[in-house]
Amino acid sequence: MSRAALLILADGRFPAGGHAHSGGAEAAVKAGRVTGAPSLEDFCRGRLHTTGLVSAGLAAAAALGADGRAALDEAVDAHTRSLALRTAARKLGRQLLRAGRATWPSPELDALARAFPKGAHQPVVLGTTARAAGLGPADAAYCAAYETVSGPATAVVRLLGLDPFEATAVLARLGADLDEVAAAAVRAAHRVPEEGLHALPAASAPLLEIGGEAHAAWPVRLFAS
Amino acid sequence: MTSSAPAARALAPAGVRATARVTARPDGRGGTALPVLQGEGPLALRRTRAAGPAAHVLLVGAMSGPLGGDHLTVEAATEPGAHLRVGSAAATMALPGQGEASPEARYDVRLTVAADSTLHWLPEQLISVRGSALHVTTRADVAEGGHLILREEQTLGRTAEPPGLLRSRLTVRHADRVLLDQELACGPGAPAGWDGPAVLAGHRAVGQLVVVSPEFRTNPPAAAVLGEHATLTPLAGPGILVTAVAPDGLRLRRILDEARERWT
Repeated sequence: MSRAALLILADGRFPAGGHAHSGGAEAAVKAGRVTGAPSLEDFCRGRLHTTGLVSAGLAAAAALGADGRAALDEAVDAHTRSLALRTAARKLGRQLLRAGRATWPSPELDALARAFPKGAHQPVVLGTTARAAGLGPADAAYCAAYETVSGPATAVVRLLGLDPFEATAVLARLGADLDEVAAAAVRAAHRVPEEGLHALPAASAPLLEIGGEAHAAWPVRLFAS
Repeated sequence: MTSSAPAARALAPAGVRATARVTARPDGRGGTALPVLQGEGPLALRRTRAAGPAAHVLLVGAMSGPLGGDHLTVEAATEPGAHLRVGSAAATMALPGQGEASPEARYDVRLTVAADSTLHWLPEQLISVRGSALHVTTRADVAEGGHLILREEQTLGRTAEPPGLLRSRLTVRHADRVLLDQELACGPGAPAGWDGPAVLAGHRAVGQLVVVSPEFRTNPPAAAVLGEHATLTPLAGPGILVTAVAPDGLRLRRILDEARERWT
C-alpha cells in the first residue's frame, strides 16, 4: 500500500470531474437550509452518515475485489432513489474511470470499462481504482466518505461566499465521524462474501434525494448535481 | 442463565412474538379467496366487504404496541390471478417497553406478489412515540408480471413530542433484481445529522409510495417534482417511487394520495 497513491486519489485536483458537483449543497442553499458554517456542518454530517456511508461501503466492497461488480453497480441503483442522482453517479464514474485507467493502468479497470460502456457508478469505480492503485478497502472507504463532505464544503464556498478557512474547519470537525463511517463501511464490506450485498449499508437521506431531483429540473444552475 | 428467581423473571423483557399471515388466491368465480387468514396475539386480521375482484383485509391491533422487546411479523402473499388489498384499522404506535433499558422492538413485513396478481399494501402511519425504539423491515418480492402498490408513512412523535428511535429498511425486489433498498434512522440514538438539512430538516413526517407494474417497463413516467418536498422518480426497473417529507402525517398523506390516484 502506498500513501502517495492515496494522496493522489483523494486529491480534489485529481481530474475526475468532482468539482462540477455540489453533493446536494446547491439545492440546500437555495432552499435556505444551508446558510453558513454551522448549517454546512450539519448538512455534511447528515450526508456523511447516509450517502457517505453507502458510497464508502460500496467502494470498500469493490476494493476488496468482490466478484460481481455488476451486482454492486445494481446495488447503487437500488440505494439511490433519485434518477437524477443515479445519472450523476454514472457520469462521475465514467470520468473517474477515464482518469483512473490513465493513472493506474489495470486489466480490472479495462474490464469495468468494457462491462459498462455508459459508465459504472462512481463508488464501484472508486473501489476498483483504489485496488488498481494498490490501495485497500479502508483507503477506498475514506476516499468515498471524504468526498461526500469535501464536495459540499467546497461548493458552499462558491455558493455563499463562505470563508474557505471556515469551510475547511468544518471538514476538520467531521474527522471523528469520517473515521466512524469508514470503519463501519469496511466492516460491512467484509461481511458481503458471507451475507451478500444486503450486508452493505443502505442509509438514505430523503431531502438529498428530493432536492437532487428538483435541482436537476432547474433551468440554470452552477453545479451539475 | 441460571437466574430463575421470580423477581428476575418479572424484570426480564417479556416481549410478545406474533405472526399474522394472509394468502390470496383466485376463487374461480372472478373474485379472490383467502385460504390463509390468520392473526396471532396483538395482530388480528379481518376480511371486510368489498365490491370487485379484490379481497380486502384489515389489520386490527388487538393490543397496543409494538412495545420494546416485541417482535411482530406480518406476511401477505398473492398467488397468480389474485387481488389483495391490505389496510390497517388505526395507526401503529411504537411504544417504549417497561423499564429504563427495554430492548428494541421489531416489526417485520414480508410481501410476496406472484405474476398476474396485485397486492395493495396500504397501512396507516407508524408513529414513533417518545422513548420507544423500533426496527422495522419491509421486504417485498414481486414476480415478473406482478403489481405492487406499497405505502409507508412514518411520523416522528405524537403532536409536539420528540420521537423515539426508529430504524426502518425497505427492500423491494422485482424478479431477480433489487429495485429499491433503503434504510432510514431517526430519533435519539440515530447517526448524527438525521434531523439536519441533508436528511429531514425538522420535518416530522416522512413517507414513500412504491408502485411496481409491468406497464412501467415500456412506459415509465418521467421523474417529476410533486411539490416543495416530494418527488417522483422511476426506479431501475418497472417501478416508480414517490418520496415525500412533510410537517405532519396529514399533509404527507395528501401528497401520497394524490400520487396514488395519478399513477395507479
